Amino acid sequence: MSPWLPILMAVPVVGAIVVALLPKGSDKLAKQVTLLVSLLVLVLTGVMAAGFDPSGDRFQFVAEYNWIPSFGVKFGVGVDGVALVLIALSVVLVPLVVLASWHDADGVKTADGTLITPKRSVKTYFALLLVLETMMIGVFAATDIFLFYVFFEAMLIPMYFMIGSYGGAQRSYAAVKFLLYSLFGGLLMLVAVIGLYVVAGKQTFMFPELVGAIQDPTMQKWLFGGFFIAFAIKAPLWPVHTWLPDAAAQAPAGAAVLLVGVLDKVGTFGMLRFCLELFPDAAKAFTMPIVVLAVISIVYGAIVAIGQTDMKRLIAYTSISHFGFIVLGVFAMSSVAQSGAALYMVNHGFATGALFLAAGFLIARRGSPYIGDYGGVQKVAPVLAGFFLIAGLAGLSLPGLSSFVSEFMVMIGTYSSQAHGSGALTVAAIISAVAVILAAVYILWMVQRTMNGPTAEPVKAFKDLSAREVWVLAPLVALIIGFGFFPKPLLDVINPSVQQTLTNVQVPTSTIAEGTGQ
Amino acid sequence: MNGDFQAPTIEYGTLAPLLVVFGAAIIGVLVEAFAPRYLRKPIHVPLTLLSLAGAFALVLVQVMGGQVPTTASAMGALAVDGPSLFIWGVILVLSFVCVLLINDEGHFVASAAAVPGSADEEEAEAHSGGVGHTEVYPLVLFAVGGMLLFPASHDLLMMFVALEVMSLPLYLLCGLARRRRLLSQEASMKYFLLGAFSSAFFLYGTAMIYGFAGTVSLPGINRAMAAGNTLDPLLLIGFSLLGVGLLFKIGAAPFQAWKPDVYQGAPTPITALMASGTLVAAFGAVLRVFWVGLGNLDWNWRPVIWVVAALTMIVGSILAITQTEIKRMLAYSSIAHAGFLLVGVMATYGSAERNADSLKAILFYLAVYGVTTVGAFAVVTLIRDPGGEAGHLSRWAGLGKRAPLLAGVFAFFLLAFAGIPLTSGFFGKYAVFAAALDSGTQPGDSMGGWMAGLVVVGVVASAIAAFFYVRVIVLMFFSDPAADGPAIAVPSMGTVAVIAVSLLVTVGVGLYPESVLGIANQAASSLFIR
Repeated sequence: MSPWLPILMAVPVVGAIVVALLPKGSDKLAKQVTLLVSLLVLVLTGVMAAGFDPSGDRFQFVAEYNWIPSFGVKFGVGVDGVALVLIALSVVLVPLVVLASWHDADGVKTADGTLITPKRSVKTYFALLLVLETMMIGVFAATDIFLFYVFFEAMLIPMYFMIGSYGGAQRSYAAVKFLLYSLFGGLLMLVAVIGLYVVAGKQTFMFPELVGAIQDPTMQKWLFGGFFIAFAIKAPLWPVHTWLPDAAAQAPAGAAVLLVGVLDKVGTFGMLRFCLELFPDAAKAFTMPIVVLAVISIVYGAIVAIGQTDMKRLIAYTSISHFGFIVLGVFAMSSVAQSGAALYMVNHGFATGALFLAAGFLIARRGSPYIGDYGGVQKVAPVLAGFFLIAGLAGLSLPGLSSFVSEFMVMIGTYSSQAHGSGALTVAAIISAVAVILAAVYILWMVQRTMNGPTAEPVKAFKDLSAREVWVLAPLVALIIGFGFFPKPLLDVINPSVQQTLTNVQVPTSTIAEGTGQ
Repeated sequence: MNGDFQAPTIEYGTLAPLLVVFGAAIIGVLVEAFAPRYLRKPIHVPLTLLSLAGAFALVLVQVMGGQVPTTASAMGALAVDGPSLFIWGVILVLSFVCVLLINDEGHFVASAAAVPGSADEEEAEAHSGGVGHTEVYPLVLFAVGGMLLFPASHDLLMMFVALEVMSLPLYLLCGLARRRRLLSQEASMKYFLLGAFSSAFFLYGTAMIYGFAGTVSLPGINRAMAAGNTLDPLLLIGFSLLGVGLLFKIGAAPFQAWKPDVYQGAPTPITALMASGTLVAAFGAVLRVFWVGLGNLDWNWRPVIWVVAALTMIVGSILAITQTEIKRMLAYSSIAHAGFLLVGVMATYGSAERNADSLKAILFYLAVYGVTTVGAFAVVTLIRDPGGEAGHLSRWAGLGKRAPLLAGVFAFFLLAFAGIPLTSGFFGKYAVFAAALDSGTQPGDSMGGWMAGLVVVGVVASAIAAFFYVRVIVLMFFSDPAADGPAIAVPSMGTVAVIAVSLLVTVGVGLYPESVLGIANQAASSLFIR
């Protein structure tokens, strides 16, 4: 029994209660408390992660308490390598989002004084953010599938309010669409969760005990379907992706970072952890259809991104393309591709986070998300333009930046995967390589149209990044470059759990051995 | 019969909770007859609350003392078993909090007989000093007594009597709203006519079944079925008619039409009582009839209930979307929830263990749903326009900015109705769905795949239902307030207590469901007396 994870989950929620109970008019204090709490969580996570032994047990920092004995539900938490890096991603992003959102609820004004978003309750926003942090840690840490489901669904609510109360003009439409899509997927998953419990007949929801519990291939397929649809909506995969561009475009930039950077990762994380390991036969049977969907997402997301006029929508579509890569990597059934996919989840969080935040800062200066309203920002705000460019380049997976490593691993792992023997995955890898070119088009075109060229009239009044904004972007850029050159620490943590996953899926060992070269 | 008269044995100790409630109701009538007007309310309020609390204490004594009877009481007319006692406890708690709402001034008309808008009405109003009909209290007590009797009836005739004792006061109470009196009277009339119709169905059904079995006692009917031909037309017709009567009371489709009208027209505290107490009582009766009386007929009734449950969930959640009045919306929501509960009823067949498992789920669901419902209606009573409660949804726009706390609490109740995790509603829904899927995997169950199908219908309906709950949240929080928005009434201590208790239970059970689940489990494990 290790108290680490329960403490990590408790600290933000206690912080949220404190923030919510602060007296009226203490907005500044609320922000400071939130920042402090999120930094505390970051430090605690760092200390905990330092004690993680990659060659040790699969699940570490395990804690189990009886929660609902009548249902056989335990409050069971513990992390493997993949969960650990995703928790680390979340707790790194939260303080940055707090800083980035510092004035989001104050009533954002442009340089010429037009109000973009009206004044809203500051305390509520930051309390919701902390509640969300607890749930993000919980969802990755849960080893009890019921507990995972509880967090999976419950985390929709703070995000729903963050989009709906603090977002742009179409916010309530976007918030409802987001909630209903996710809820519907979640409910199908609920049926599968119950089915898993009932069919396995083990009177427990603990993941380690349920691995291999379902033998009947038909039953596996049904249950796999329930889980997979929920995760595909969450990830999101074509054709159930339509909520993401709306939600991400309407959410305040900070919330969009957490939505795309962390919440959506729960989908791909769930595929890797639950779909593959609990239902290996079904996963193998459905590999090809899923790979096809992933490839469509990759190419479709990239093409549609090129056509966007709204920066946040553009970034959302690039994410759909990137999620296609992650799903492709997960289902390629080779250790290189899966490690690449897990690494991609982290790197995409940093890269897209940086891009969303940089775009958010840009939008806050002009009050318009449309690319056409900008031009020549580089001349008036060179620092902003510089960060924007680096974040963009990370988005198109330039070598030397972190996303490159993971995208390359996914493609090479998929290309050489023998999982389907026929070389079908090779074809998938070749098609998805097209997206690399498309990525250059959508990113560079956006950068060119906003940053270069003649300076548009309203842009001339732009101030460059403030110290606060630099503090938000600098750590992310440092991480992007750092992990671009030296991804080993992340891979060392990820690899053993991916190996374990593949062992549970019973992929022939030759495929695994081939991957150990990385 | 040779002139011998055998005195019936009555287990007074076991039946004490019932007797206290009915006794207090009768005293209430006497108070109405003899006490002067200004004294009536000061007597009624403590009398009603104390009798309900006392009855609850008596239930607790029986449960704690381990004196849960294992045989029928009162010469086989009543069965006070584990599930009955649980249901009694729930009904008594719910009616206690509803009475706290009823105490608030301004819900009831001063003179129900006066023509709305007439001089008589004005005069009565002037004389009453803001206190409406105080007959409300004894009427509520009679209704609550009926609710206690209904699920505990061990034969169909007793059940019919209970049904009437429960329903008649409610018909009357529905028509006593102080505001929008025509709507209230219309509701009362509709409820009465349809209710009388359904009672007739119930009675015809009872007669038919008597024709088949030669007895009205529930276990007797079951035994007759085991011995006789279960395809006997008398039995099948009787069972169908009986089913109509029962399904009407829970508001299952296609017998749901009365609910929105009645819920909208009735004074809101009475709506709260019907939506919580009556529903609990009616489900108790349904469970008893299907398990004790028709246990040997499950091959026949389960397909019927399958269709009814699916229809109820779909109709409830789809029609709710089109509603623009908050109480009508909550009524359709109640219909949808009746459907979810029926999914659980589907699973209460077969072995005793199987039955206990599903029973636990339904009892838990009833308890937590009832509490949340009362809380939600309590909030509704506070949002007022000059002409009474601000029922139209457009009036609720921007409430989150004007009264963040109240709107937040209401939003939480709505999320609980929608079954979002970490609220009590989620675990209720989970429990019935899990019971249904579990029953579907029993060896030899011919409806295994159908159960899974029903659960899928259930989750689809939940997703649809989530839409209209969320829509209200959107209105309250994401829309700008209207310039002349409704007033937020200053809540009385009673209303505050009701909302606080509902919130506490909804949150508490949402975080630690074992608290109620454990009790439901114990109650269910002793099963209905067969």
